[in-house]
Amino acid sequence: MSAPNKSYDPVEVEALQPEQVERMRDEALAAIAAAADLDALTHVKTAHAGGTSPLALANREIGALPPQAKAEAGKRVGQARGAVNQALAARQAELEAERDARVLVEEAVDVTLPYDRVPAGARHPLTTLSNRIEDIFVAMGYEVAEGPEVEAEWFNFDALNISVDNPVRSEQDTLFVAAADGSQDSGLVLRTHTSGVQIRSLLERELPVYVIAPGRVYRSDELDATHTPVFNQVELLAVDEGLTMADLKGTLDHMVVSLFGEGMTTRLRPNHFPFTEPSAEMDMLCYVCRGESVGNPDRPCRTCSSEGWIELGGCGMVNPKVLVACGVDPQKYSGFAFGFGIERMLMFRHNVEDMRDIVEGDVRFTLPFGMEI
Amino acid sequence: MRVPLSWLREYVELPAGTTGRDVQAKLISAGLEVETVEQLGAGLQGPLVVGEVLTIEELEGFKKPIRFCTVDVGKANGTGEPQEIVCGARNFAVGDKVVVILPGGVLPGDFRISARKTYGRVSHGMICSARELGMGEDHDGIVVLPPEHEAGTDAIALLELVDEVLDIAVTPDRGYCLSLRGVARETAIAYGLPLSDPALIDVPGPNPDGHPVRIDDPTGCDRFTARTVTGVNHEARSPIWLQRRLQKVGMRPISLAVDITNYVMFEVGQPLHAYDRSRLNGPITVRRAQPGEKLTTLDGAERVLDGEDLVIADDSGPIGLAGVMGGAHTEIADSGPDSGTSEIVIEAAHFAPVPIARTARRHKLASEASRRFERGTDPQATSAAAQRAVDLLVLLAGGTAEPGVTEVVLPYAPRTVAMAADHPDRVAGTTYGRETVVRRLQEIGCDVYGSDELIVTVPSWRPDLGAPNDLAEEVIRLQGYENLPSTLPRPRPGRGLTATQRLRRRVGRALAGAGYVEAPCYPFVSAADFDRLGLGADDPRRRLVLLANPLDDTEPGLRTTLLPGLLATLRRNHGRGAQDVALFETGLVFHPTDGATAPERLPVDRRPTDEEIEALKAALPEQPQHAAAVLSGARERDGWWGKGRPATWADAVEAGRTVAREAGVELIVRPAQYAPFHPGRCAAYTATAADGTQVPVGYAGELHPRVVAALGLPERTCAMEVDLDVIERVGGGRVTGPHVSTFPVATQDVALVVDAAVPAADVEAALRDGAGELLESLRLFDIFTGEQIGEGRKSLAYALRFRAPDRTLTAEDASAAREAAVAAAAARTGAVLRS
Repeated sequence: MSAPNKSYDPVEVEALQPEQVERMRDEALAAIAAAADLDALTHVKTAHAGGTSPLALANREIGALPPQAKAEAGKRVGQARGAVNQALAARQAELEAERDARVLVEEAVDVTLPYDRVPAGARHPLTTLSNRIEDIFVAMGYEVAEGPEVEAEWFNFDALNISVDNPVRSEQDTLFVAAADGSQDSGLVLRTHTSGVQIRSLLERELPVYVIAPGRVYRSDELDATHTPVFNQVELLAVDEGLTMADLKGTLDHMVVSLFGEGMTTRLRPNHFPFTEPSAEMDMLCYVCRGESVGNPDRPCRTCSSEGWIELGGCGMVNPKVLVACGVDPQKYSGFAFGFGIERMLMFRHNVEDMRDIVEGDVRFTLPFGMEI
Repeated sequence: MRVPLSWLREYVELPAGTTGRDVQAKLISAGLEVETVEQLGAGLQGPLVVGEVLTIEELEGFKKPIRFCTVDVGKANGTGEPQEIVCGARNFAVGDKVVVILPGGVLPGDFRISARKTYGRVSHGMICSARELGMGEDHDGIVVLPPEHEAGTDAIALLELVDEVLDIAVTPDRGYCLSLRGVARETAIAYGLPLSDPALIDVPGPNPDGHPVRIDDPTGCDRFTARTVTGVNHEARSPIWLQRRLQKVGMRPISLAVDITNYVMFEVGQPLHAYDRSRLNGPITVRRAQPGEKLTTLDGAERVLDGEDLVIADDSGPIGLAGVMGGAHTEIADSGPDSGTSEIVIEAAHFAPVPIARTARRHKLASEASRRFERGTDPQATSAAAQRAVDLLVLLAGGTAEPGVTEVVLPYAPRTVAMAADHPDRVAGTTYGRETVVRRLQEIGCDVYGSDELIVTVPSWRPDLGAPNDLAEEVIRLQGYENLPSTLPRPRPGRGLTATQRLRRRVGRALAGAGYVEAPCYPFVSAADFDRLGLGADDPRRRLVLLANPLDDTEPGLRTTLLPGLLATLRRNHGRGAQDVALFETGLVFHPTDGATAPERLPVDRRPTDEEIEALKAALPEQPQHAAAVLSGARERDGWWGKGRPATWADAVEAGRTVAREAGVELIVRPAQYAPFHPGRCAAYTATAADGTQVPVGYAGELHPRVVAALGLPERTCAMEVDLDVIERVGGGRVTGPHVSTFPVATQDVALVVDAAVPAADVEAALRDGAGELLESLRLFDIFTGEQIGEGRKSLAYALRFRAPDRTLTAEDASAAREAAVAAAAARTGAVLRS
């Protein structure tokens, strides 16, 4: 706009006059304030802060000033430009916020819409409950032992001190594999408990043995609301030096606390099993009423029928005859064992009223249990 | 075992006011499972009295015959006048003594009696049946009492109608508790009271004058007492107290002689048998039956005997199944053409448990006697029990005891057990001390000697006590299981779940995460299942492990595939209205082992040898773990987001990959034709084993339409099944951490045209091989068929990504690799670049 100034007279550079600079600045600020939207602001920015804006041009003139005038003019123009840039940024932020508010409102959706696009899956609670129990014992140092479901009678019965004449070895109770001639003399059965796994563990593992044996077992039973011929058990076996019934009791107590919470405990009642001696029936404190429904008709408990205790299963000290059959010296070692049904525990832990719901595989039963229990 | 509290009190002087519930709690703590305490006569209120029937007027014109009676009830009605009562029963006559409840009385079940009009008359009370009185289930007629009871007598006391009965589930080791004697012993111990033992009575010594008895089988019978009573009045009936006690323990009174034998059995625990002496031919013999011998038992059934059956015989042949049931011929009779029995031979014997159990099972004939012999009776109690029966026959039937006493007794030694005095302490994990141990053992009837090492002679009624742990249990239960401390053992550190166990859990989670619901199914199958699945006649899956006694005769086999169970479950869900169903199961299948024979019966008194164990395991069928999934309906549903898509073969095939991925196994998928799948929509999986061989893993795809129809499944149902054991075996290799190149990627797309029948997997494999090491990834992103491509052809479009580990690839590098890939595909699959 101006030719190089050869006279070095500051007064001759009009654009650097204070009034001029102030005017340029005020015009710019007014234009910024007047910009109605981001597009308008872009134009304002080009006109008042761009390379050819009056202030930018004025800035170029500073070089033509005599050295003594440069500082003051530079300061003046710099401050003006700073004010303009600041106002621009502020207006830019203001206008962007306005635009965002408007556009994001337009983009709003109904987040309450259902999204059942892919049907959900789930694991069966029998599996997850069994896993849960396994984990409690694995945390204590036990290992999970497994065995076949078609089992030799020796593992399922003989080694467990269940003699040939024991009624459980009749076709009323046990499902026998047919021999070649169709008779039940195959020596094989569908295992009636996972105790055969205990025998296998004692034969195969080094002492001491601490194992838990979950699995599917079979009895010659009709399916009804409380029975199923195919069910799941968890059994435990510990054989070590100096194990006692007190250890058995403590282990059971630990399990029910882990599964049902602090304050839970178990109770042993004498019973008889060929494979344990002494033997006991084990009950756990009712986790719902904690025994407070007993003799208290005002607070009946459905879970334990106001008995205060829930029957869990059988247990005891491993019969020394069982140890002998597995080549374990009963003078040196003792052991304890227990077993109980997962279906039953599932029923009372989750208020399942009909066994058939557990067995039939209806997805409406299984889905609410999800992936863990 | 039902135990009336009133009867129990005869042997233990329980404190006054002790209730059945009190005794129940004590006995439960001592280890007897007292299941219930029945309250007999609960709510019963008099006046309930003996009445004498004075007149009977038959009322006509009703649906059933009705009687209008007058009954003398003594002073019970306040007037002494005859009571007018309408009665529907007919089993009584004028002069009979009956039980009458008067207006104001209440029968069990809150049945309130008042004078009321019925059948046109006013009935002032009711003549009662046994069931109405809570005496038993007998409702054939009203109760007719023996004539000696006076009219007006209170019948509640006379008939002992108010009582408590403990019902005890006796475990097999405690046979002695199948008697009042045994339960009384436990009660006495529990209360710390003395026991009056009903078997502790004087018995005359044996002599040669009794009925002759010979034991030919000493392994089956080691003791036999025979006593004879003559002059028995066969018309004598059991007195009320005897009938009532039998009713309360659950026995039906039959005749005096039979009632007495039953009564003594419940009292002492020794089953007895009574023979009509006039029908015995010669000496009584205990022997095994001749195979094929016949015997008609008391229940009227003719039984063909087995050579193992222990029988009682006389010269005519078998006259009873020893310890199980007597024969009809020698049965005592209280009436009949030959008049009743007047001479009775009483048998009290000790039979070995095993033959009795086997005979009872063989003939499906469990009796009160066999239940007791199976569990073991007290061999020392035979003479006392026989004496009790003789005494009662003399007392109640007017008989005379013959002086002859037969006692065949084989040598018998009481059992002794040596046990360290602190053994119960070491079993329990607490300290009882020697004194307590000795006292408790003495309480149960043991003789105990010794100090640190105890020599314990166990009582004859406890055949279950044979080892130190048995004795320890007695001490611990009497000290109270509830008093055991609670301690925790310290196992050595474990190694956690095995790889197999972890894999199985991961597979379950992965399939559930992919939308499948776990459904464990019963493993029972039939040949018809395989017909419906369309399996060929010689398909190996038809070779089943069969059950000798299946739950359902139509399903005698064990599954060789998980699909029948899962498909049935899918159909059930569908039938109940579920539309989109995806299920999975992991579980065992069963394959018979070729040439397997029944394993030898191994001993239990030592560890079997390793060879014996291996032989045992070799007899088992193969039982691999499978995983399977089935699905139908929509895999993705329609919704506000747009169209869904149905479940297809591709989802089923992917389910197999989902399983394999958890084991780090990459499945190779090939087209296959395999039942029950659609021949054009079936994939066979294989995997590469460590030695480089291809091993079969399983199949997946859409089911054959005929299978879908035969099983009544939703259209286009799809399925997958793999052998999880194989997957685990080939997988699980440690992953090598890849080197991640940060140089830029070069992408190239190719479209290749091949015959429609060429599997995409072949084209992809060829491309990979041809592209070489620079290929980072390859993805099929489109398939196109149409006129431009030509009939029977398809175009496969792949995105190839190339990258070098050490440099930026040039366009020439990437193109060269792509061309090499295309060349390989052309050579192996006939692919041509789409122009």
